[in-house]
Amino acid sequence: MAELYAQWRAMMLSGEAMSLWQSFYVRFYQAFIEADRWKQYLGGMVTTLYTTAMALVIGILIGVIVAVIRTAHDQQRPGHRNPVLGVVNFILKIYVTVIRGTPMMVQLLIMGMVIFASSRNFTLVGALTLGINSGAYVSEIIRGGLMAVDAGQMEAGRSLGLHYIDTMRFIVIPQAVKAILPSLGNEFIVLLKDTSLINVIGGKEMLYAAQGIISRTYEAMYPLLGIALLYLILVMIFSWLLGRFERRLRQSDRR
Amino acid sequence: MIDVKGLYKSFGDHEVLRDINEHIYPGDKMVIIGPSGSGKSTFLRCLNLLETPTAGTITLDGQVITDPKTDIDKVRRKMGMVFQHFNLFPNMTIRKNVTLAPVRTGLMKQAEADETAMALLKRVGLEDKAEAYPAQLSGGQKQRIAIVRALAMKPEVMLFDEPTSALDPEMVGEVLEVMKELAQEGMTMVVVTHEMGFAREVGNRVLFMADGVVMEQGSPEEIFSAPKSPRLQDFLSKVL
Repeated sequence: MAELYAQWRAMMLSGEAMSLWQSFYVRFYQAFIEADRWKQYLGGMVTTLYTTAMALVIGILIGVIVAVIRTAHDQQRPGHRNPVLGVVNFILKIYVTVIRGTPMMVQLLIMGMVIFASSRNFTLVGALTLGINSGAYVSEIIRGGLMAVDAGQMEAGRSLGLHYIDTMRFIVIPQAVKAILPSLGNEFIVLLKDTSLINVIGGKEMLYAAQGIISRTYEAMYPLLGIALLYLILVMIFSWLLGRFERRLRQSDRR
Repeated sequence: MIDVKGLYKSFGDHEVLRDINEHIYPGDKMVIIGPSGSGKSTFLRCLNLLETPTAGTITLDGQVITDPKTDIDKVRRKMGMVFQHFNLFPNMTIRKNVTLAPVRTGLMKQAEADETAMALLKRVGLEDKAEAYPAQLSGGQKQRIAIVRALAMKPEVMLFDEPTSALDPEMVGEVLEVMKELAQEGMTMVVVTHEMGFAREVGNRVLFMADGVVMEQGSPEEIFSAPKSPRLQDFLSKVL
């Protein structure tokens, strides 16, 4: 195999006429097999998955906290407004506005080249930025879900003497989760694909690997198609897992 | 027991309740009737502060519950509430629906709450539904469960907000039956309803509300057999 590659590559470099099969073989071999390049894609994929997982955890954590605080602020009884909650709510509103109002790429560059300019851990900075970004969107998704739960549920819980936090925890949030799972899944898919952006601050994910190989081989098609396929496969696995999870949640209400 | 003084409530510019003064005595079965939009539900919801009154005071057992410093959760534990749309928790089994509040508020341990729940469910004839989910029940069954859920907190007073209005006609009876039994046991009850038969049979006091005020009140005989105000006469001629 390697000999065939060397032989046909020499042909290609000398400008000889080649069959379609021969040129495909050479380019494919060069993009994936030569110098064990597939390992670079694989390494990139590990980073991509790691970044996604980190950002996911950060995003959900921020999203839940922001959503619950903002909903609590909006649901206060008139005349019982908590000033601390008001201030926190105002800050969180700014957070959501700024994050949603500026491009992901710009946020990454600011984090990587300004705030954490001295950090060499590009992947971590990238994951943190993506997590903070995702948190703003997730918080709005969750807030929508919390508000969509029938107001009677909160009233029933409170009328039994349950505390606001208990009512949220046992009654409202579990119902909201089921309702928002599809849009949350959508957000996670976006997040997975957005990890390709962290290569602008030096994160060594799949696109970074592909770009490195392109600059060595002067051949863009196969590396790019290759990672496109990898992203597609990852997203499909992800969607499948989500679908299974949704079905499991739906079983609990046995209609 | 519950004392209401100078109660006002408005939503924005719309004044729903105007200067309500009432006293509910232990063992009272107060039935509130009136046309829709008269403020009867709002009045009931003010009693456990699901609506915050614009002005006035409400006192329960000598404690001013409209005072912002009152721990409203503690007050609500003494008042059971049953809603028009049942508001059972669809994400839990019936047993969990009934035991959640007593356990979380520290009133009972889980085992004791389970026992109480089963005893109450047996009383309303639904002990076989303990592990079912609300979605599997009929409207009448849901409302009986909702009553059980409120009773599990061992409340001193039960508030009913049009408990049969969302039910199919053939299921109204089973819910009213449970409420009648409860009344016979001496539970203090405040009931907003359109069931005039129930008002007549169970109520010891009937309030007729219209336009945000209590227009007329008295014993069921006085209200239904000898209505004084033209508004009440008009209302009764339409519903009876």
